[in-house]
Amino acid sequence: MPFPPLRVRPAKPPRVVVTGAGLVTPLGIGWRVNADGFRAGRAAFGPVRRFDVSRHRARTAAEVDLPAVLPPTRLTPKQARRLDRASRMLLWAAHEAWEQSGWEATTDLPVVLGTTSGGMSLGEEYYRRALDGTASRRGQATRALHYLAHLPARILLEAFGFLGPICIIANACASGANALGRAWELLRAGRAERVLTGGYDALSLLVYSGFDSLQTISPTRCRPFDADRDGLTLGEGAAVLCLETQEAAERRAATVLGELAGYGHRLDPHHLTQPHPQGDAAWSAMDEACRVAGLGPADVDYLNAHGTGTPLNDVAEALAINRWAGDRAASLPVSSTKAVIGHLLGAAGAVEAVVCLQALREQWLPPQPQLGHVDPICQFPVVREPTHARVEVAMSNSFGFGGTNATLIFRRWG
Amino acid sequence: MSGIRVAGVGAVSPAGWGTAALRAALEQGTPILPTLVPRPGGGQALPVREVPRLVPVPAWAKHPRLRRASPITLHAVGAVREALSMAGSSEPPAKDLGLILCLLAGCVQYTERFFGEVLRDPASASPLLFPETVFNGPASHVAAVLGRTPLTYTLLGDPSVFLQGLDLAAEWLAAGYVDDCLVVGAEETSWLLADALLQFDHSVQAAGGAGAVLLTRTPTPSPGVELEQVTDLQVYAQAQSRPAAAGRMRAMLSESAAGGLLCDSRVGSARLDAAETRVWRDWPGARVSPKLVLGEGLMAASAWQCVTAIDALSRGQHRVALISVVGQNEAAAGARFVRAGP
Repeated sequence: MPFPPLRVRPAKPPRVVVTGAGLVTPLGIGWRVNADGFRAGRAAFGPVRRFDVSRHRARTAAEVDLPAVLPPTRLTPKQARRLDRASRMLLWAAHEAWEQSGWEATTDLPVVLGTTSGGMSLGEEYYRRALDGTASRRGQATRALHYLAHLPARILLEAFGFLGPICIIANACASGANALGRAWELLRAGRAERVLTGGYDALSLLVYSGFDSLQTISPTRCRPFDADRDGLTLGEGAAVLCLETQEAAERRAATVLGELAGYGHRLDPHHLTQPHPQGDAAWSAMDEACRVAGLGPADVDYLNAHGTGTPLNDVAEALAINRWAGDRAASLPVSSTKAVIGHLLGAAGAVEAVVCLQALREQWLPPQPQLGHVDPICQFPVVREPTHARVEVAMSNSFGFGGTNATLIFRRWG
Repeated sequence: MSGIRVAGVGAVSPAGWGTAALRAALEQGTPILPTLVPRPGGGQALPVREVPRLVPVPAWAKHPRLRRASPITLHAVGAVREALSMAGSSEPPAKDLGLILCLLAGCVQYTERFFGEVLRDPASASPLLFPETVFNGPASHVAAVLGRTPLTYTLLGDPSVFLQGLDLAAEWLAAGYVDDCLVVGAEETSWLLADALLQFDHSVQAAGGAGAVLLTRTPTPSPGVELEQVTDLQVYAQAQSRPAAAGRMRAMLSESAAGGLLCDSRVGSARLDAAETRVWRDWPGARVSPKLVLGEGLMAASAWQCVTAIDALSRGQHRVALISVVGQNEAAAGARFVRAGP
């Protein structure tokens, strides 16, 4: 975006609404199949098929069944052929969001995306061929180019025919939430009327092996906040959201899916891979999001926790939630949808944001299947069963390696 | 007047540790000689321009978070410490800092080491290496060393994104989220990065290093340097070619009749530089191209461009400096710094 801004910062920030949302997760492609899956708590885990894990400690993941075809866009067949798995998932999610929003292509539409590993599978193949002196060098330039995290964003520009600045945020597992938050800031600061935002990440051998080496992948099944939890399960996916100011949405009589009402983010420099034991920065992010939204814990009807299922993360987050919610904790429904689709890393925050929108639109709470004994450190109830509920405000937490902490707050519209 | 001032700059480059080393190398104008890094498994060694090793290892590099950190983190910390020192900041800083770390290739050394271990036997891949491969690892380490950076982002993209980082910092400052904000561009070299660059042009040599710009809204001693403008990122697409994006970037930059200093991103390849060469062919003022001397430092290089421009302004050599970054595969962007005061 240009500096100084072309528009004066509004004295009162505009409200920011969501007019399109697209989703690709291990539950399937699209709003409906995902809403049904999350509402029922249908777990989507299975054996890893994308690469050999016979020498790994863990063998399970949540993979996306991605169709061989792509949605109809302006991409040429050559451009489409070059897309890696991560870009294809992003494109499917963006197509649904774009169609739902009814947006037209313009020359001033910013794109803000979060990812942790971009086109990692292409990077892996590049490395293998670069290492093998006898391997063909053909296609190496394309692999090097499409490995870059901003290339999928450029693909979106080509696919839908618009222009605008690209911003890629790589704040580890909070990247997707940070991307939505950054888009929200651009709209509130009067620097744009519409922003295409979201997150994406595909499973890759390197990242799977990384979590496996840290022994953070569950050898059984992902059970966030369970007293017997033993780790996370990795997944993959993408979510794209069309954010715009209330005024812009009303001008074209757009259907509003919900309001993004608050965003807070704080860094926890405690450790590269472990959260502060008391979850101080997580608490601060939740508190900040509430402050800017003008809401308190009593106003929040559902909290979609980061809830990875690792012993350390869940304790730190539970302590942060207890502290932030105070007396409200005893009756605040909390769940982690990672119990259903696994940890989608850079896509997680964006996907879980859409889950919150689904809960607000359809008035249910996503349960955690097969939850055993809840860790007694949790002073809040964890949603176990499919539940119909009145949901006016939903909060989503995303925390990541390196101490990144982000919280988003969504409000029901209409 | 934008009210966004430069409180300090820092640079780590193949020329050495510090802005003075960067300045001296650019004044001399002789390209830094590359070293050859072996390709695993044999084959032709690859030329890179590496940052000289710190000998002896300074006390700051012995911080617990830096013990295992990759060179990219050390480069970033080195540049940040110089920028804070120039601003007279204490350690830890007395004020809340924003930190925006911009990368293109990122932590390539640990990434290739870790993936090499995975390919040999994933069961014995080191758990110490993997966290250091994550893009925001360097930002986390820098933040831990500084101790007061509540807001920290890692941005990815081609070198034009460093200017986007300046814009984001200006927004955080204007909104009052932080008192001061550091924008850092950092990279490290490896055989793999050198190999990748060769896919696009055989004359381009990868370079490591970092550059840091500390922005503030607090009045700085006069004469100071002010960030006056950052253009929108002009992205490349079917609808906007790289030359067209470069042209739009220049058209958006405010230019003074007297010229001033142009600090551009040419790397010494006629083909890769064509768009930028053409768009600035009638530039009447002074011109400096850090990458011609230092090598293709990717995100670090756009930081060196800004540090070089700010250094020249603060030394009274010019009143205005323009930054032109025509990125490799994402966007063109420009910025304008001015000398404030007498």
